[in-house]
Amino acid sequence: MALSRVQIAQRVAFELRDGYYVNLGIGIPTLVANCIPADIDVMLQSENGLLGMGPFPLDEEVDADLINAGKQTVTAITGAAYFSSAESFAMIRGAHVDLTVLGAFEIDQNGSIASWMIPGKLVKGMGGAMDLVAGTDNIVVTMTHASKAGQSKLLESCTLPLTGVNCIRKVVTDLAYLEIHDGAFHLLERAPGVSVEEIAEKTAGRLIVDGEVPEMRLG
Amino acid sequence: MSGFNKVVASYDEALAGLSDGMTVMVGGFGLCGIPEGLIQKVMDMGVKGLTCISNNAGVDGFALGKWLENRQIKTMIGSYVGENVLFEQLFISGEMEVILTPQGTLAEKIRAGGAGIPAFYTATGYGTEVAKGKDTREFNGRNYVLEESLTADYSLVKAWKADTMGNLVYRMTAQNFNPMMATAGKITVAEVEEIVEPGELDPEHIHTPGIFVQRLIKGTFEKRIEQRTIRSA
Repeated sequence: MALSRVQIAQRVAFELRDGYYVNLGIGIPTLVANCIPADIDVMLQSENGLLGMGPFPLDEEVDADLINAGKQTVTAITGAAYFSSAESFAMIRGAHVDLTVLGAFEIDQNGSIASWMIPGKLVKGMGGAMDLVAGTDNIVVTMTHASKAGQSKLLESCTLPLTGVNCIRKVVTDLAYLEIHDGAFHLLERAPGVSVEEIAEKTAGRLIVDGEVPEMRLG
Repeated sequence: MSGFNKVVASYDEALAGLSDGMTVMVGGFGLCGIPEGLIQKVMDMGVKGLTCISNNAGVDGFALGKWLENRQIKTMIGSYVGENVLFEQLFISGEMEVILTPQGTLAEKIRAGGAGIPAFYTATGYGTEVAKGKDTREFNGRNYVLEESLTADYSLVKAWKADTMGNLVYRMTAQNFNPMMATAGKITVAEVEEIVEPGELDPEHIHTPGIFVQRLIKGTFEKRIEQRTIRSA
């Protein structure tokens, strides 16, 4: 069975370590905030100017001046700090953030990523994504392995305008956990019940399968 | 001391001189920390052909979304279009020039502009469309893009509190782009929730020193929320 959005987030949560400063992108990455293991502390960085993002507020706590990068109302935890966008991106670009999790439309076997526009059809804008992928080596991309029509999103070479070149090393999809190096996707874990054959069929880029591929742990 | 009193009595006075074809920076991230009254006034003035520098362009029908509706913007410089349908349409049809700029690069372009630095190198955007036509250079084995800084004829910023001398304090994440934009405007106009007498703000807690602010006005704010997300008790 392909992983649900929450299950993808649960797998990503295994990449968290005690004492990490973490930036979570919009969409599935945001769900990782609900999957932080109870025995570790992480500080969530929101690029609009908050370090120490907490959960959504209670109805009576809602404050229009306190939002996250997805423009959702949030809270700040004890020990939080507010700052300007310039200082926020000094944290990001200056490689002070330990782990970044973000979504993508496409990714390729050289670690390039496309996530901000589909020419003629859709323009979201890159927001902070280009700065985030330029800032840290420790990036996890979350995405569905293939489109609803079955088209692979793990490619030999990205077809859409790029967000970053040769910068992504880890990918969690609804089917697998893969690492990217030496010009190939390396299949390291399968979603429970998903076969290597199905993953190979839905990976258009070069895929390396080395021996038995274990099923991933979740939750 | 009157030479340092930045308070103006009306929005007319606050935006006097702002005219067609100018470059205008507008603070805020989404609808958080935007100078609502100043944005409304620019709409009422009907100035056209503006180059607008702002991370977002409001939402459909509100804030900078109104400038889009009235076709007041010739060139939009920002990082995120998001769910703003009209913005996306004007961009894809080519009716409005849009210079999409990575958010951190945008913040740094404005910071540099206000600090008198004409350009800087950043790794952000190397090898992407953002780097097209720009100089690149290698430092310590890594490739960087030369990005030029930004300044504006008018910077419209929003702060929480000010004293009459234009010292500003921001609140929570309503700070965002406002401090850098305040430094980068030839004329910076700050719209605030509360104006107090000099001495009432702790000098150690000033975010934007008054030297960067030319005009100050007390506004009223709707503070519309884009995504009201709550948890249950």
